[in-house]
Amino acid sequence: MIRRPGLVALLAALLTVVLLAPPSARAQDAAPLIQRMATETFNDIAGAVAALATSGSPRAAPVIEALRDNRLVYRQADRAVFIREASGSFVSALTGEPVTDAGTTRPVRLNNAVRRAIDAAMGALTLMNPDPARRAAAAEAVFKSRDASALPALEQAIGQERDARIRILMEEARAAVVVASPEANEADRITAIGVIQRRGDQDALRMLGSLPATAPPRVREAAESASVAIRRTLAVWEAVQNVWYGLSLGSVLLLAAIGLAITFGVMGVINMAHGEMVMIGAYTTFVVQQVLRTMAPGLMDVSLFIALPMAFLVAGAIGIAIERLIIRHLYGRPLETLLATWGVSLVLQQAVRSWFGPTNREVTTPSWMSGSFEVGHLAITANRLAIIIFAAMVFAALLLFLKRTPFGLQTRAVTQNRRMAGAMGIRTNWVDAFTFGLGSGIAGLAGVALSQIDNVSPNLGQGYIIDSFMVVVFGGVGNLWGTLVGAMTLGIANKLLEPYAGAVLGKILLLVFIILFIQKRPRGLFALKGRAVE
Amino acid sequence: MMLTRFLLEKIDRTGWIFLVLLALAAVMVPVLNLAVPPGSPFHVSNTAVSLWGKYMTYALLALAVDLVWGYCGILSLGHGAFFALGGYAMGMYLMRQIGPRGVYSHPILPDFMVFLNWKELPLTWWGFSSFPYALFMVALVPGLLAFVFGWFAFRSRVTGVYLSIITQALTYALMLAFFRNDMGFGGNNGLTDFKDILGFNIQSQTTRAVLFSLSVVALMIGYLLARAIVTSKAGKILIAVRDAEARTRFLGYRVEHFKLFVWTVSAVMAGIAGALYVPQVGIINPSEFSPANSIETIVWVAVGGRGTLVGAALGAGIVNFAKSWFTGAFPQGWLFALGGLFIVVTLFLPKGILGTFTDWWKRRGETREPPAGKAVGQPAE
Repeated sequence: MIRRPGLVALLAALLTVVLLAPPSARAQDAAPLIQRMATETFNDIAGAVAALATSGSPRAAPVIEALRDNRLVYRQADRAVFIREASGSFVSALTGEPVTDAGTTRPVRLNNAVRRAIDAAMGALTLMNPDPARRAAAAEAVFKSRDASALPALEQAIGQERDARIRILMEEARAAVVVASPEANEADRITAIGVIQRRGDQDALRMLGSLPATAPPRVREAAESASVAIRRTLAVWEAVQNVWYGLSLGSVLLLAAIGLAITFGVMGVINMAHGEMVMIGAYTTFVVQQVLRTMAPGLMDVSLFIALPMAFLVAGAIGIAIERLIIRHLYGRPLETLLATWGVSLVLQQAVRSWFGPTNREVTTPSWMSGSFEVGHLAITANRLAIIIFAAMVFAALLLFLKRTPFGLQTRAVTQNRRMAGAMGIRTNWVDAFTFGLGSGIAGLAGVALSQIDNVSPNLGQGYIIDSFMVVVFGGVGNLWGTLVGAMTLGIANKLLEPYAGAVLGKILLLVFIILFIQKRPRGLFALKGRAVE
Repeated sequence: MMLTRFLLEKIDRTGWIFLVLLALAAVMVPVLNLAVPPGSPFHVSNTAVSLWGKYMTYALLALAVDLVWGYCGILSLGHGAFFALGGYAMGMYLMRQIGPRGVYSHPILPDFMVFLNWKELPLTWWGFSSFPYALFMVALVPGLLAFVFGWFAFRSRVTGVYLSIITQALTYALMLAFFRNDMGFGGNNGLTDFKDILGFNIQSQTTRAVLFSLSVVALMIGYLLARAIVTSKAGKILIAVRDAEARTRFLGYRVEHFKLFVWTVSAVMAGIAGALYVPQVGIINPSEFSPANSIETIVWVAVGGRGTLVGAALGAGIVNFAKSWFTGAFPQGWLFALGGLFIVVTLFLPKGILGTFTDWWKRRGETREPPAGKAVGQPAE
């Protein structure tokens, strides 16, 4: 899924080498052209550059580049041409092999005519560069410059191009040149507009918009209707993109809130230190990576998989400790629990601040989580995708755990009726402690995920706690599906509001919406029914 | 006369001690600060006056929180919002007083508006050049917000932690809003660089001493008012709401009306506290809205003693004194201490310092008087 430019480039380069005419034969052709540059006559140099560019010789690019950078020199004695490397040593311009003694050299001089020749030559050369990324970039450059002089080179390149994706780029570039060119006939220009419409992105829109007023009316009409069509498609894509961002934000919220949903749902405990459990998970990731970096650098790519169980255990253990030491004494007094856990959160924050320092810690993103790819006009970054998948997995695992395991059964029994569950022989204290541990452990897992997209600082948890509460309260307490729906609704609503209202105002609107929503449904979207709620 | 009798007859012994001490402070601190030369051991330093003045406004805020939390069981995690709104109303008056003395010397617009290239005063700022109008807004804005918010929340029977969380959402939303430059309240930097208040230089020591005394007087009035409310018949119903809301409702009381009344009064008190706070510290910015500030207020009340009024004021003083000392001596330690305080107080001192002390005192003098009319009931849900 993730783009591997290196591999593709290598394959393409091999193909080019195999399929094109034998390079040695062409190098023969190039030699006299290069030799012609060892002169004082600018016209000769410019002519040689143009001829060299179309010769297809592999020496063409380095020689012309060297000329552009004033690194092309010739020996006065025998007019042998050399390239001066950045290190100061010389290589032969004909073969690229190093030479030991270049003797007295003079640079090949440039004037504006030569520079123009070089620019044109470079465009043509990169269009036929063995590296597909460079070819694509060159096609894009022509698309933007709409330089009519590149047209012959472009035609030639399209004929040779084997990579369908790049050929499309080149055809679009040619279409751009044709549309912009006043000499082309009307029918060609309108066909070209069709090609550009198929491209359908912002650049295409800009290209069509820049059509001069002197263009024939039929061409202008075609461009206009193409623009409208492109805008319509782009608007749809933009909405899709926003929904995607919303899903991504929603899964972050889900990860942060789901542990809270468990502790609040089962035990009625508002755990204000929940955000700090997330923070501890993120710091666990940092520590795991630090250890791996010194002990086993080869494992850095799988560091997150090592950090996940560690974060679960560390945060879970701290959670159980908090439950046993503090919260246990405060059951039935939710407001006091709220205050005590707020105290815990302050202590944990300050502890981490004293230990790791107040500044952000750097957590490395493994290579498989970096990069991005496009589906249509939808840009998808790998780390966001990974977090969405991870959130879905955590959610599914938790759901299975609660529905299919004996411990889950006991937990649900305690949620529904604590005293009855106790009477049936369930050790409710034990269930409480482990449920709290589970909720905290999941917060730790969330921390590992968030360490990839957020700053790992002692304040990490603070940023999520209010949002998490909103999700839980909105979705309804004690219902995992409610949390899922709540998180996704808030995430997507937030991102859909952002383009219209701005990030901050959008968030304020959502907060106000939730405050009003609670008036209507004081127990959230999916409230537990029955006597257990009071 | 009637009003004085009404306000004074319900004061218990702790209350009298509190009032007398406050009255002494209101008179003595300015005298010791202004009349006694700096070398003397009785001199009260200038920093102490502004610091204590700040504590007095905090104490008034704590009193407001105690009124709703201690007596009505509404744990507000958003009282800082009312405090800050009152503060902003006062800050806007003080900004208008700067007049052409700002950095950009604009005759009307405050500096930050000139900086934002605004051409005229936004509607929200109209009238703030008048002190009576500003005072009116100090009470009106927090009161109105509390009334509307409470009207919806109490009528829909949003209670307990749900209410706490939406009060927190309220103050968080306001914080985000006030951070926006477009709101026209100075954005990130808030309002500052005040010059004078009612024509008196805000930097002068006399003004500061007077502000201190005014804060003390406001605290005394706030206490008398709160005490009058909680000892009245309505106060009994508030306590009933705190301890058994559903039962009170079944007895035929319109619970939401009582809650709404005390909630609004409390918000106005918090707003006045904020208005006194701003001229003494010389700045108001959106961080005053931060949820952490509101929660810290709760710990003042919890430490001092929830449902005791005097205890709340005392707690505000003690915790803030400790904060000043800690941040001077061990800057690293303050959050540990504050966090520990939350835990220790909720676990071991559910009645706070004053409540625990009163209990101990009563047990000691059990034979002297029957334990009647005690303010501290069972902890509410």
